[in-house]
Amino acid sequence: MWSLVLPAILGGLTTGAIYALVALGLTLIYGVLHIINFAHGSLLMLALYGVYFLYAILGIDPYLALLIVVPVFFVLGYVLQRGVISVFSLGKEQNVLLVTLALAIIIDNLALYFWTSDTRTISLPYAYTMVEIGPAFIPLPRVIAFVAALVAAVILWLIMSRTRLGKAIRAVAIEKRGAELVGIDVDHTYAMCFGIGTACVAAAACLLLPTFYVTPQVGYAFVLVAFTTVVLGGMGSFMGALVSGLLLGVIEALCGLFLGESLGQIGIFLAFILILLFRPSGLFGRRAA
Amino acid sequence: MSNDETKFGPFPLSRRGFLKVGGSGLALTAFAGTVAAPTVLRAQTPTVKVGILEPLTGNLAYNGTQARAGAMFAIEAINAAGGIKSLGGAKLEAVVADAQSRPDVAAAAVDTLAQAGVSAFIGCQASALGLASSQAAARYNLAQVFDVGTAEQVVERGLKNVFRFTPGVNKCTSTALENLKLLNQNAKNVVKTVAIVYEDGPFGSNMSKLLNERLPQIGMTVVENIGHPTPQRDFTNIVLRIKAAKPDLIIPSNYLNEYTLLAMTLRQQKVEAKAIYSILGGAASNIKFVREHNDAAQYVMDCNHWYDPRKPESQALAKKTADAKLDLTYDIMVAYACIQLIADSLERAASPDREKLIEALASSTYAGSIMPYGPTKFVNGNNEAAQPVNTQIRGEKIELVFPKEYATAEAVFPMPPRG
Amino acid sequence: MKTTSFGEWVLYGGICAYLLTLLVMPSQLWLGFTINALIVAILSVAWNLLGGFGGQMSFGHAALFGTGAYVTAMLQVRWGINPWLAAVAAIVAATAVAGFIAALSFRYGLRGSYFALVTLAFAEVLRILASSFEISGGGQGILVPYKAGLANFQFADRSTTYALVLFLVVVAMLITLAVQRSRFGAYLIAIRENEEAAKALGIDTFRTKVLAMMLSGAIGGAAGVAYLQTYLFIDAPIAFGSTMSIEALLGPIIGGAGTVWGPLVGTLIIHGLGETAKHLVSGAPGLNLVLYGVVLMVILRYLPDGIVGLARRIGPRRAAPTAMPEDR
Repeated sequence: MWSLVLPAILGGLTTGAIYALVALGLTLIYGVLHIINFAHGSLLMLALYGVYFLYAILGIDPYLALLIVVPVFFVLGYVLQRGVISVFSLGKEQNVLLVTLALAIIIDNLALYFWTSDTRTISLPYAYTMVEIGPAFIPLPRVIAFVAALVAAVILWLIMSRTRLGKAIRAVAIEKRGAELVGIDVDHTYAMCFGIGTACVAAAACLLLPTFYVTPQVGYAFVLVAFTTVVLGGMGSFMGALVSGLLLGVIEALCGLFLGESLGQIGIFLAFILILLFRPSGLFGRRAA
Repeated sequence: MSNDETKFGPFPLSRRGFLKVGGSGLALTAFAGTVAAPTVLRAQTPTVKVGILEPLTGNLAYNGTQARAGAMFAIEAINAAGGIKSLGGAKLEAVVADAQSRPDVAAAAVDTLAQAGVSAFIGCQASALGLASSQAAARYNLAQVFDVGTAEQVVERGLKNVFRFTPGVNKCTSTALENLKLLNQNAKNVVKTVAIVYEDGPFGSNMSKLLNERLPQIGMTVVENIGHPTPQRDFTNIVLRIKAAKPDLIIPSNYLNEYTLLAMTLRQQKVEAKAIYSILGGAASNIKFVREHNDAAQYVMDCNHWYDPRKPESQALAKKTADAKLDLTYDIMVAYACIQLIADSLERAASPDREKLIEALASSTYAGSIMPYGPTKFVNGNNEAAQPVNTQIRGEKIELVFPKEYATAEAVFPMPPRG
Repeated sequence: MKTTSFGEWVLYGGICAYLLTLLVMPSQLWLGFTINALIVAILSVAWNLLGGFGGQMSFGHAALFGTGAYVTAMLQVRWGINPWLAAVAAIVAATAVAGFIAALSFRYGLRGSYFALVTLAFAEVLRILASSFEISGGGQGILVPYKAGLANFQFADRSTTYALVLFLVVVAMLITLAVQRSRFGAYLIAIRENEEAAKALGIDTFRTKVLAMMLSGAIGGAAGVAYLQTYLFIDAPIAFGSTMSIEALLGPIIGGAGTVWGPLVGTLIIHGLGETAKHLVSGAPGLNLVLYGVVLMVILRYLPDGIVGLARRIGPRRAAPTAMPEDR
């Protein structure tokens, strides 16, 4: 058992990278719009289908698909927030949550209707290329996903700290009215946030599919973990999402190893409850007022 | 890609009949009464309604949709062959209900079926759903023919309306182990150690318990017994544990998605076992898995529900399924066979009456279905003649390798080392 | 006290008429559907006490529902305890679980989406626990043997089950009414409107919220008991899965959160909607749920105070005489 600990940790880190990627988008949406976006998993599923069809029909490699899927999903996210979520929720926070829930139901079942519930996978030659790291063999796509998670977090951090848009987003997140008064277009900023968040989830899909599958229900497997990652990292903190994603991957792997995979899932949620109780601002979040 | 729903038999017609009336605003109240009326008026010959209660949405949607297709194929075939002769050539008419992969919904859907006037129904792919639906159906004295419902609780409740046509988990496990023992003897007992990977739901955990009891009886030691939830996102840990235990044989008991990930990870981590032998495994008898992961799938064996491929009707079904651009899975086969069973019983009962149909089912000795079963014999609702068979993936195909009398290929055990 | 508007009379009258008709003239088709909806309605009433009146949105009411169902099932199947006693024990257990979750969460000042997520996490923990141990049936869940009889809390005739479930809904709504009219209810509403202000007024907000959650737990546990005794089967995904938690909050929000009738109205309408959608597009599974999602969004957009809110606005003063023939 002990000889497996190091490989398990390394494996957990690569799984965690995917959690982090999914959570990066969510933390932005959560941190700025203060909403629980239930449709996040559904958007991940939708992106996975996008990547799948690009490969299955046009033969486009999932990594090349990043260039197509990410911009498309940015636009989709923008339009969803501006044209659907804000319209139907009347700007009320509890309604936003229900609108995203309704959206999730709609997206999932449209996918079920059009694409049936078949499990789809793609078989790439390099999915079986292994990278030897110490005692462990890690599939190449997992290593790529790990690096990509780091890059994505840095890019997002740069956008937030170095650009005008980033400043606007931070301003809106802290004080919506005030931002409005100084001339920031709040609706546009919200939609940009949602767009960027959705683009992140699209990137996660490109990096995930080579070692995973897609079905209309696949989003559920990630959405709860993504929430956990966001809260653990501190809402709105990209570095927090990255670190906590990786951490959760490791916690899950180790709990799975020692408690069995079934009971092991409990590790993530216990960590979640403890963090919520004792440090609700998360590992990297600002102290809650 | 999307399967054209309108092709599936006469049901959408009766629905259209309903829609006309449904505009009244009292759609739901009107539904029960009117669904039958327009069809009966229109039809030249009498019809007998048969329910199809499957999980068409939710996490079992794949199996449910496949099963519905199989049942529809059977109804088409039976109607094309002249319907139920003892009822003046009455045509079968399907009434489809969605169990939404939830037991409470399955139970409530039985009401819809009963009100629509079905004589019997098939369902529901999963034991949890079937348990709930058959209990609800017992109130109507309405027979449920189980297509898949492997949990033994299904037939242990003394309900008179339960008819499980396919084998349960006990039968499947004992057959699988007998066959495994024979295979191993022929291969000079190369397999001594086993690792079991199972999903922690009703199906997998039951299986693991049985295997742990019985594998030692055929001279095999269980060196790893690993449960996992559904969905499980990552199999690295599990595969590493298997790798460390170095088993000769791996027995996976889980659903398609997890099986696929497991197979991929086994290959990534270069785990070499002498054989992979699953029991009621999701993927090893799924042609899609064979197509998409051909390398990883080679020589994988499964002990599962499967039809007798040599029967002409089986071949006709295979063709129909291919024409409809569907994958031929056991869900399609068993649902097809269950409708055949109901049709035969209707023929003998010579009445669409529920009570008489239950009697006819209970006394059935039907042997003409596409399944490789002998004459049907229901004891407490369990078909004692049902048996699973062994399949093996070879090249692009799933071959039946055991028992010998139905086999389309010789089993390869242990599998040749991979190059 | 506000007077009941004309719209409300029609709405509540219609629902009562429907429910009572079913009691006197049982139709098997409608019984199954309504029993299903009423069990969820009980849980919705439970959610409404805390979420509607107290403004504390729980996403994990399945934890209470599931505890109720599991405790009843385990006590009678594992230890052969009389189902009625088991039911009482289950309600007590659900109340305790609710108290535990609430005390822990509110002690650390969780509110808003933090409270929502922590309740969700508790439900998940219970789900994993229930499916991991032999005593709770592991992944197989628990099947209660079918032995109809009053002593076994199982009824061969579904009208009886229906009457029982309906009785529970009425009791739960009466409790809501009592809360609404009590000082305790006023405290809760004060907390929902402005917790800081409520505190400043000297309200023990912690105590009030925990008590509300416990009351909610007792009612939610009763919903779980009703579910188990109706379907005689429970497993972890049904008991503690997010489906139930979401159903618990949809009813009150669609019907009208913080009202006595809201949860029942909302649940019946949602279930009716789902059922209608199922029949309208029955050839295409999935599309019914799409339709359901669309209607949900439309309700959120155009009926911000829920159905009850809409009914309240249809009053004698606003109604045109021609449109309302019964108008006085």
